[in-house]
Amino acid sequence: MTDTTANAAHFQAHEDHGHHHDADHKPGFFARWFMSTNHKDIGTLYLIFAICAGIIGGAISGMMRFELAHPGIQYLNHWAGVASPTDPAALHLWNVLITAHGLIMVFFMVMPAMIGGFGNWFVPIMIGAPDMAFPRMNNISFWLLIPAFSLLLGSTFVSGGTANGAGTGWTVYAPLSTSGSAGPAVDMAILSLHLAGASSILGAINFITTIFNMRAPGMTLHKMPLFVWSVLVTAFLLLLALPVLAAAITMLLTDRNFGTTFYDPTGGGNPILYQHLFWFFGHPEVYIMILPGFGMVSHIVSTFSRKPVFGYLGMAYAMVAIGVVGFVVWAHHMYTTGLSVDTKMYFTAATMVIAVPTGIKIFSWIATMWGGSLTFKTPMVWALGFIFMFTVGGVTGVVLSNGGIDNYMQDTYYVVAHFHYVLSLGAVFSLFAGFYYWFPKMSGRMYNELLGQLHFWVFFIGVNMLFFPMHFLGLDGMPRRYPDYPDAYEHWNSFATHGYEVMAAGMAIFFINLIYSLVAGPKAPDNPWGEGATTLEWTLSSPPPYHQFETLPRISDDHGH
Amino acid sequence: MTALAHRNRRVGLIGLLIVLAMIGLGFASVPLYRIFCEATGFDGTTQRAKSDDAPGATGLIISVRFDANVAPGMGWTFGPEQETERVAVGAREMAFFNAINNTNHPITGSATFNVTPTQAGQYFTKIQCFCFTEQTLQPGESVRMPVVYYVDPAFATDKDTKNIPEITLSYTFYPVDQSKTRG
Repeated sequence: MTDTTANAAHFQAHEDHGHHHDADHKPGFFARWFMSTNHKDIGTLYLIFAICAGIIGGAISGMMRFELAHPGIQYLNHWAGVASPTDPAALHLWNVLITAHGLIMVFFMVMPAMIGGFGNWFVPIMIGAPDMAFPRMNNISFWLLIPAFSLLLGSTFVSGGTANGAGTGWTVYAPLSTSGSAGPAVDMAILSLHLAGASSILGAINFITTIFNMRAPGMTLHKMPLFVWSVLVTAFLLLLALPVLAAAITMLLTDRNFGTTFYDPTGGGNPILYQHLFWFFGHPEVYIMILPGFGMVSHIVSTFSRKPVFGYLGMAYAMVAIGVVGFVVWAHHMYTTGLSVDTKMYFTAATMVIAVPTGIKIFSWIATMWGGSLTFKTPMVWALGFIFMFTVGGVTGVVLSNGGIDNYMQDTYYVVAHFHYVLSLGAVFSLFAGFYYWFPKMSGRMYNELLGQLHFWVFFIGVNMLFFPMHFLGLDGMPRRYPDYPDAYEHWNSFATHGYEVMAAGMAIFFINLIYSLVAGPKAPDNPWGEGATTLEWTLSSPPPYHQFETLPRISDDHGH
Repeated sequence: MTALAHRNRRVGLIGLLIVLAMIGLGFASVPLYRIFCEATGFDGTTQRAKSDDAPGATGLIISVRFDANVAPGMGWTFGPEQETERVAVGAREMAFFNAINNTNHPITGSATFNVTPTQAGQYFTKIQCFCFTEQTLQPGESVRMPVVYYVDPAFATDKDTKNIPEITLSYTFYPVDQSKTRG
């Protein structure tokens, strides 16, 4: 964490006098929001997009939870418009729901919010840059998401083999996604992934160039705020992982449509190869979703402890280590595909190694709070919630990393509980922490503290009711991806569905708070968080001028970590 | 700003090159994975003998189970003559499979194969196999197809395989579209 307050404040005074009028000149509505090249406006668009996608993805998970509340098929046949609960069309709808929920939450909610939203908003400001390196490419990155999302949503209205929609799971494994799903729905879903991937790759190149070339004088790599570090590592993961997914799903497309046999044993192909390629992308992808959250939580914990973050360099290089090791553990998603004992041993050990840098981060956050002057404002309670949830998810991850135990756990609800604790609770808690932390800066208005706290506690209780029982269900052997289950599993399933209802009430509080604060929230000061908030965004007005840092701030070097 | 724009373009192009290289690597993984599986017997890939001679029987006797499948809708009946066989590791062995074309038109098929447990794949060596070539069956024709193989004696010393009592050799016949060359 770099103490840039004094110099940047001096710079800002200069800007206020000299350039304020030019800096705040905004184009008209259409040009501003539809042809935007301004990183803050594009960030806002990404956040709006992510919230809309989150509502859709969250509603789909509600449909799944209500179907799972009791054994038997209650709703699927009605939603699918068929009479019999065991009609293949009703059961196919279930596959469509799980596929859509996964793809929407990963590609259209978490990634746009973390990287496109907060990354666009705060990376240039935190490094003292006037904008992103390629502002027009930034515009393309965002607008590629709209056709991508439209293709995915549109795929539910065309045939995917058994019935309408792509029912392949978010992993799109062959041969289910090739010979198992005739019809254009899966093609549309694959093209949707292509476009979303292209959007993220362009965004990643943009972030890397911005962070390498456009840091303010004196802002060395080792003085960069941790959020910028996290986005830099994430951008490299995107750059290395997404093209492999693009290649893998392009081969799916040609297998489906042009008679190639990359994954078809008939012609000498191998469906296991698809799994290797997918998880070579898929494992780094889970770090792509969580690393920016690590960065945000570091700032929030430091701000509300009124202390610089403990072990800055260790925190930065822990993220680099997580990113690097994340590329050599992919086959722990494939323990049941017939790997040899030695291969499993390697992937078990390599996976467990990731617990070391992750542990460094958890303990450094605790050490940051140790002896600090703590205040428990809304962003801080979300950040603490993140640390707790992510630790629970991390511990079950260490359990699952064992090749032997995974033979039993593979594709059970224990796995579902694990990845929802790290993603749905980890990543989403960090998103809410960041949202409350930066909401005054982005909107210029304070959120309502009472509603924010209420949102946290209701959401926290709801998601734990929702996901914790899934550990029990998984240990008892309940498989995932099915709409029905034996009666023995009913108790915890209906309990989890009640958890969903509590969680949804928490989300209602969030939206009330959001609308209330945007309309009637008190005006936010430049820095509402006091002396603990040391990064450059708090030296600007709230909201920041349309163009900031036309004269670059100078970062002092008389400062130790 | 032009100097900055120049530097930005340079970093951006390097990023693009990395992306293109990773896409290339994604596609290159197809032949690389096949070569890797053939070289190491990974994922149950069997080995093909370089000569017609087997190394000769050792004392270890294991059982080999034969499994046969046909792609849905192909119209063949395909099965092994013997379900299991006790064989000496290292000895040259022969097994027979029967295939019948139940349709009224000629069908050309090609068999894929693998071995489970997958660790045994690298030691399962075929000297001669109907799966090496395409098989054409006339309407109603029935053929008896041999596999000549041995289990490499190294099977008895590898710590991953020495305790395996039974190997399953599985074949699946797929129809071959004659108009296309095989990928």
